[in-house]
Amino acid sequence: MISHIVTVFWRDWIVLKRRLTRYILARMVSPILYLIAFGWGLGRNITMTTGSYLDYIVPGIIALNSMNICFAALGTPVNMSRLYHKTLEEYLLAPINAFSYVVGKVLAGVMRGLISSVIIIFFAYLFGAQLKINAWFLLALFMNCAVFAALGLVAALFMNSHEEMSNFNTYVLTPMSFLCATFFAPSQLPAFLYWIIEILPLTHASYALRQSSLTGEIPGLSLIVLAVYLSSLLWIGVRKMQQLQD
Amino acid sequence: MLELVGLTKKYGDRTALAGINLSVNNGEVFGLLGPNGAGKTTTIRLLTMLSQPTAGSIAINGLSLSHDGRQIKAVIGVVPQHLNLDNELTAQENLELHGRLHEINALERKTRIDELLEFVELSDRKNDIVQTFSGGMKRRLMIARALLHRPKILFLDEPTVGLDPQVRRRIWELVRHLSGEGLTVLLTTHYIEEAEALCQRVAILDKGSLIALDSPQALCRGLGEYVVEWEGEEHLNTRFFPERSKAAQFCNSLAVTATIRRSNLEDVFVELTGRKVVER
Ligand SMILES: Nc1ncnc2c1ncn2[C@@H]1O[C@H](COP(=O)(O)OP(=O)(O)OP(=O)(O)O)[C@@H](O)[C@H]1O
Ligand SMILES: [Mg+2]
Repeated sequence: MISHIVTVFWRDWIVLKRRLTRYILARMVSPILYLIAFGWGLGRNITMTTGSYLDYIVPGIIALNSMNICFAALGTPVNMSRLYHKTLEEYLLAPINAFSYVVGKVLAGVMRGLISSVIIIFFAYLFGAQLKINAWFLLALFMNCAVFAALGLVAALFMNSHEEMSNFNTYVLTPMSFLCATFFAPSQLPAFLYWIIEILPLTHASYALRQSSLTGEIPGLSLIVLAVYLSSLLWIGVRKMQQLQD
Repeated sequence: MLELVGLTKKYGDRTALAGINLSVNNGEVFGLLGPNGAGKTTTIRLLTMLSQPTAGSIAINGLSLSHDGRQIKAVIGVVPQHLNLDNELTAQENLELHGRLHEINALERKTRIDELLEFVELSDRKNDIVQTFSGGMKRRLMIARALLHRPKILFLDEPTVGLDPQVRRRIWELVRHLSGEGLTVLLTTHYIEEAEALCQRVAILDKGSLIALDSPQALCRGLGEYVVEWEGEEHLNTRFFPERSKAAQFCNSLAVTATIRRSNLEDVFVELTGRKVVER
């Protein structure tokens, strides 16, 4: 089973490796824009009770960026491979179990998420952010990547067209990237909206990244919430893979 | 080797396959011949577990498809009708991926990949991205991929559709070679010549039902090995004869000019269904 997970991961790695430089360059663009707009531009006029606004939003930017990268790493490619290129058949025809495929793919998505997060952290320091990176921060980052890679995979297995995939992006991911404690604390919002946001995974990723990087505390509850999301999504993904026969 | 009993597949109210019974012998090249929509691909998809039968059972190599899926996947090789190679990988990487998924160890994988690329004449394109390949090259690479894990039975769904005559001949040669090595092959086609050239036995499929099953020769013999054709008032008239002399005799007795030729699977199909396999 491990060897199959490695194989599934290996395929995505060699594809990425071939255009790694281009990939890294492209991943620099939006973090730099976020840092300029919200860190330098907007942030200069915002006073926080503790620390700078830049320190506040960097964990949020990491959370939303790794969400988008990990979802995109699996969402459209797997959806296309199932519906259009039919390359998913290669895995369905092979004597491997669905779990190996799902885990291998999710790890490949996590890899991309981590690469782009390293880029943001690098620029954040360059812009003068003061976050502390510790094991809990890395765990929270890994979990966030895995949750959204798994969500991308699940969406890819359920959605029956490219359009549905992009709708999913518009109606689910984009609102989350703005509302889920990325740029401001959701407690400032009306109560009903606050409670919806409070159960979303990205909110807990932002909380966990912020808490661990600013205070060094263990973000226990948020990590548990992310773990629940991750295991549920993996389970749904494996079940769906097993039932892909028409 | 392969046994289908009462195999049925329905998509909603549409019956794609209406209770097929057939068995393929070890080492045989078996053909499923039928027009578009006859149910050929449906059969292959059921045999390869990409699709679930509505009713009926399949056994491959003594294993039941519904219970021993994993073991069966290890002994079948599949070349689907559509091209499904990974376009972002090179030829060699496509094979490498397949070899890894089938747990072939690194050493054997390497020699086997080189051997098969040689076999399908793609050694010189080994490190090229598959995206840059022609249809015929992709098809050949798919055959190499299907053979990599040394399957006991090979499924080829329309292996030569859309290919020029030269590449088609080349693929026929590959199939003959494999059959000579003892591999069991089940292929589907809607080309009469292909079924006649390759298959020891042919099942004719029409609208999801099996309407004939025998060797191409026996099917033609059943009809009469010789055909006399002559222009009628509205359409071409045909009549079948078991011997050439009888056909010639009949020819001479006609008032109009007529031709004699050997019968083929097309005639069998037309006689059984009143239609042609490929509408012209
Ligand atoms: N996924 C599906 N959903 C609904 N109907 C389907 C599906 N797949 C096949 N069919 C129907 O099943 C019937 C048999 O199709 P199949 O693809 O097996 O034909 P075929 O013999 O392979 O034809 P061709 O020569 O065109 O490849 C057709 O009527 C087709 O419309
Ligand atoms: Mg078909």
